[in-house]
Amino acid sequence: MTASAPPVPRLHIVTGKGGTGKTSVAAALALALAGPGRRVLLVEVEGRQGIAPLFDAPSLGYQERHLAAGLDGGEVFGQSVDADEALLDYLTLFYRLGSAGKVLQKFGAIDFATTIAPGLRDILLTGKLKEAVSRAESGRMAYDSVVLDAPPTGRIVRFLNVTVESGRLAKTGPIGKHSRSVARLLHSSLTAVHLVTTPAAMPVQETVDAHRELLAADLPVGHLVLNRVAAAKAVEVDHAEIAAGLTRAGLAADETLVAGLMEEYAAARHEIEAVDAYRDRLERLGRPVDELPLLPEGVDLSGLYQLARELRPSFAGARRPLSGGTDAA
Amino acid sequence: MRPDTMRPTAATPGGVPELDVDALLGDKEKHVIACCGSGGVGKTTTAAALALRAAEVHGRRTVVLTIDPARRLAQSLGMEALDNTPKSVAAVQGGSLDAMMLDMKRTFDEVVASHTSAERAAEIFANPFYQAVSSTFSGTQEYMAMEKLGQLRATGKWDLIVLDTPPSRSALDFLDAPARLARFLDGRIIRLLSASTPGARRSMLSLMGASAAVFTRVFNKVLGGHLLTDVAEFTASLEDTFGGFRKRAEATFRALQDDQTSFLVIAAPEPAAVGEAVYFTRRLTEERMPLDGMILNRLTPVAASLSAERALGAAAALEEADADDPVAAVLRTHADLARRRAAEERVAARYAAACPDVPQRWVPALGVEVVDLDDLRAFGAAAAGALPSE
Repeated sequence: MTASAPPVPRLHIVTGKGGTGKTSVAAALALALAGPGRRVLLVEVEGRQGIAPLFDAPSLGYQERHLAAGLDGGEVFGQSVDADEALLDYLTLFYRLGSAGKVLQKFGAIDFATTIAPGLRDILLTGKLKEAVSRAESGRMAYDSVVLDAPPTGRIVRFLNVTVESGRLAKTGPIGKHSRSVARLLHSSLTAVHLVTTPAAMPVQETVDAHRELLAADLPVGHLVLNRVAAAKAVEVDHAEIAAGLTRAGLAADETLVAGLMEEYAAARHEIEAVDAYRDRLERLGRPVDELPLLPEGVDLSGLYQLARELRPSFAGARRPLSGGTDAA
Repeated sequence: MRPDTMRPTAATPGGVPELDVDALLGDKEKHVIACCGSGGVGKTTTAAALALRAAEVHGRRTVVLTIDPARRLAQSLGMEALDNTPKSVAAVQGGSLDAMMLDMKRTFDEVVASHTSAERAAEIFANPFYQAVSSTFSGTQEYMAMEKLGQLRATGKWDLIVLDTPPSRSALDFLDAPARLARFLDGRIIRLLSASTPGARRSMLSLMGASAAVFTRVFNKVLGGHLLTDVAEFTASLEDTFGGFRKRAEATFRALQDDQTSFLVIAAPEPAAVGEAVYFTRRLTEERMPLDGMILNRLTPVAASLSAERALGAAAALEEADADDPVAAVLRTHADLARRRAAEERVAARYAAACPDVPQRWVPALGVEVVDLDDLRAFGAAAAGALPSE
């Protein structure tokens, strides 16, 4: 790999204000990244179970499971990561606790540990991501890309800033070492944090704020996704023309219908102009801006593939064949 | 005066009991209205708009307690920012409206300061674990919202408190968090830890025997020894001064169950938000919380009554003669809106199917964002099903 070509991100963290559709965008991105022969893991945290319904699949668990075929013959797997189970995993790995771990869990000790050390929860969750990114199976990376449906923008910096949080925990010992290696991955160009927004003032403002906070924390910002952009053709039309048009089309041009259509169209035009202003504001941040259409029927499985096709061109880099499997080590 | 069709009118689906928002806001027996729902459904805006309407239309002395408002909402109330003390909102007609934003760290500090000597309080404030718990503990925010609610009620200064619940990762946290924090601060593991710090009761340690030793050893390694010591000291000092957090949490919880309180579930017509609303409704019902209704925000406003199919058919007919017919573009815009609205109503119907007895109010999106008091008034009027005055 040459110095002029930084490594392509393999860990895609998708965040956004609540209600902007970040789960759908994360799912569509996973499908888009699953090019020929590629394996992509789509992860959610905090037990939200937002992914499974999008794929018409049963609830996701701690074990990775095949979820869907990617856009061009790759495969998408899904996983729901839970901090308590991750801690058990971790204890088993480092302390060979075996069945004692289960006893601790029953006793409430696992819940206790993740409760008294709030940063621990996030370290365990991001630690699982790192494990998925760097895991190798039979001579190749287990996953070419990992996509996380992350906590909303309001909490994203704290969630990803594990070095800061781990300062409160043990500085030595396995957790300290572990969190430093997770931090290295999260702050590297192997990671990209994508921000999802809708064309509305508050979500766009939160995106601009989150972008600033991520940069201040030295976390890599990837794409900005302007989601749910309504399509409408810009035309000039007045009351009389609408009435005449309705008559030509064989509809009764009654007064309320014409007024209603006029009002709707004026609002839609207003929205298009607003979208332009929001797009400008996002573009000034100097990151790639992707635009996704509003799907009138909501996002179902076929809608996900449609969004994935929209995202595909601008993520072409991340779909290139990988040169080797050692770059995450 | 513009014709009625120029405004998106509030609507409620047929066959579902209708939530009478004005009756609720005007009910002098109700002193707390708690707005619950997942993030991104317009919960904070709804809380502020209802509080404003209660003050202006029903003449009540109202305070709105917001948790994490966007700066824009503070500005819409005519303030640069909100803080932990209620501030009067200027230009409110009729009754009065105060607004505040919960500062969980400051509230926790106040709780500690008011229950103990200055010396003891200083000790607690200096404890690193207290610092972590008061600013980052998952559940502190919910617990402190309860605490602040109790404080506001105790002053008797307001006859209606509108509460915006925290933007929890799931609506469930709001109900569970106080109990969880109390259980944690009061629980057996804490006792175990207190017991294994020097100078504490030895009986507990011997009771738990070897398992306690294993437990502390593993967790000292994982978390670092100082943390457990901090926790033990912190909880010991809290127990001295509070006489049990659990009792306190239970008292606030019970206060929410009385009939002076009203819960409203707020949702948006998206599968995840409606799913959360259903789940939350079940939880409120199970916990015997007084749930009065569901407000569904952000419905796509449709002003023309013409089916999507007919609009598309007409657009196609016009385009056959002239591919760039502007009226065809207008009709296609309408068809998109009508399809969006129909899809939203199908999603919303899941709520009515799961919770048929809960009164509902559907509120179409206003098409403008809330930037000032007038926008909040319009929002409140739409939520109440009344057309805004011209």
